[in-house]
Amino acid sequence: MIFPILFAQAAPTAPAAPGNTALVMFLAFVAATLVITYFSARKSTGSSAYFAAGRRITGWQNGLAVAGDYMSAASFLGIAGMIAFNGYDGFMYSVGFLVAYLTVLLIVAEPLRNAGKYTMADVLAYRLKPRPVRAAASLSTLTVSIFYMIAQMVGAGTLVRQLLPGVSYELAVVGVGILMVIYVVFGGMLATTWVQIIKAVLLMSGSILLSILVMKQFDFSLAKFFASLTAITSTAPDGTTVTRNFLTPGLVFTNPWDQISLGMALVLGTAGLPHILIRFYTVPDAKTARSSVVWAMIIIGLFYIMTTFFGFGAASLLGPDYLKEHGGTNMAAPELARVLGGELFFAFISAVAFATILAVVAGLTISASTSFAHDFFTNVIHHGREHRPGEEVRVARITAFVVGALSILIAIVLGPTVNVAFLVGLAFAVAASANLPVIIFSIFWRRFNTTGAVSGLAVGLISSIVLIAVSPDFMKDNPWFPLKNPAIVSIPLGFLAAVIGTLLKREPEAERMFTELEVRANTGLGAEKATEH
Amino acid sequence: MPPEDVPPKDPTPEFAAPTDIAPLGRGAEKPAHERTAAEDRDVANWGAIATDPDFRSLLRAKAKFIVPVTVFFIVYYFALPILVGWFPEMMSVPVLGEANMAYLFALSQFFMAWIVALFYVIAAAGWDRRAAAVLRKFQTS
Repeated sequence: MIFPILFAQAAPTAPAAPGNTALVMFLAFVAATLVITYFSARKSTGSSAYFAAGRRITGWQNGLAVAGDYMSAASFLGIAGMIAFNGYDGFMYSVGFLVAYLTVLLIVAEPLRNAGKYTMADVLAYRLKPRPVRAAASLSTLTVSIFYMIAQMVGAGTLVRQLLPGVSYELAVVGVGILMVIYVVFGGMLATTWVQIIKAVLLMSGSILLSILVMKQFDFSLAKFFASLTAITSTAPDGTTVTRNFLTPGLVFTNPWDQISLGMALVLGTAGLPHILIRFYTVPDAKTARSSVVWAMIIIGLFYIMTTFFGFGAASLLGPDYLKEHGGTNMAAPELARVLGGELFFAFISAVAFATILAVVAGLTISASTSFAHDFFTNVIHHGREHRPGEEVRVARITAFVVGALSILIAIVLGPTVNVAFLVGLAFAVAASANLPVIIFSIFWRRFNTTGAVSGLAVGLISSIVLIAVSPDFMKDNPWFPLKNPAIVSIPLGFLAAVIGTLLKREPEAERMFTELEVRANTGLGAEKATEH
Repeated sequence: MPPEDVPPKDPTPEFAAPTDIAPLGRGAEKPAHERTAAEDRDVANWGAIATDPDFRSLLRAKAKFIVPVTVFFIVYYFALPILVGWFPEMMSVPVLGEANMAYLFALSQFFMAWIVALFYVIAAAGWDRRAAAVLRKFQTS
């Protein structure tokens, strides 16, 4: 019984040519990134080169890399699909991703760059007791990175199967896993950065081309484009035909509290995402960190505005019924490319989606391995000293390998049908509820202490996980917690725990060290410099 | 070096990687960033800079910009899910052709973010100059 099913999957219903073109483009991207990894590997000697690309990345390069690290396949394919099926509500989802960068720009990026070395925990450890704080911060970093990565891997597996008929879920997961391990183990931060830059350029070119092709259908008239969206016909689940105005809010999101909670997770969580924060250590100084956030905001903003064109365009030109028959939600953008630009363009967009996944998983892997090697191994276990030269980098490489193998294994065990949306929601909620309160308090609050940091991290992490476990995604009937995203409760809990923990005890050393941190964070005095050529 | 830092019977060698710009080994001298407060005293007189009136006024200027602007963008952003969630009829009224309030308000969020970022960059360039002036004062004296 199993054999015929496998055989049916292997025989593609679409013509064989598009799959081959897409495969050639995938391989071209992979080859280019491996060449970069080879050259990066020759340069990546020493901790600063391996973990922070020698701090020599320029502002626009880091801006592209931040954008490349951030815009996941969920954004590109998922949001396009949400808009194509449900109109406006999907677009509202786009907004939070950009506004989130104001929190990064105004509050976190510069003090972090000025006072840290490789990880977010560096800033906390500066004035607090290093070992408990680093252990807790490392645990929350690993939680965020690994949950987010498993979501990306499962997404990669299902996606590649749809884009390349004939490649199985397992093969796709193993392939993505092996590539990300190669980038991170051999090329370190420099290779990861360039993979992200190339991906951002590819994703932007693909999105711009697709948007132009869509608007060409409407004679480049926004009025015609919006007029076409007012009556989109689709078949309802009960078989009747319904016509809806796709610009009307509330077609899928019926509970406003869900939207507010999700918005809180996005706007406050991005500034606590470890794989985004470590990117600010790759630039020479805080001023460059600032300009890289601005570059990232320009790119990310343009991208999410373009979801209007290809998301609504897919709804108007193809319609939800057509998309349902041709791959479903995730395939809205690629199918639109196929219809408007032919098989070659379909192959290009598919390769872009693949590049998107690879860049994000590579960023997550290096943030997990940096945190484990620098925070946990060197600073918690070995009291801040390398016992042998180059040990920290070696531990990071081994960690990257283990993290890669683990996430391949978990993604295969979970299988392609598991709902991964909650994993991404969880990553953002943990980042917002555990990481952000302690980052903000350690930069701005003199009285803040170790007890406050550890209790804030612990309560933020545990409350996010517990609330997700009793949310509608897990408990189908009568969930104990009514919202999909726990942020609206877990963020206040994280802040509250940090405040209460702090007030329980006084730590004169932490208060005294605040003076130094304040000067460092605001002047850049004594900040880590770029390495010489 | 305080004795509790080094386990007495630790046989591992005492040097760091020669290529590392921030060697972490126990033998080599630690870079400024790795030093504890006690070892770092003479690198800069942190207390003097922190209490310098120019530095304090720089911090006040930063807070005066960052706090109200942060409150503004958070209010502006959460107005979207609140208005769309509880007043969908009002937000569905077409304003520009078929484009309705809900879409235009969502689109305006992108421009709001870019404009806030622009103002921040302009303000921050001024803070950079003031911070550099504070540091110069302490270098010469």
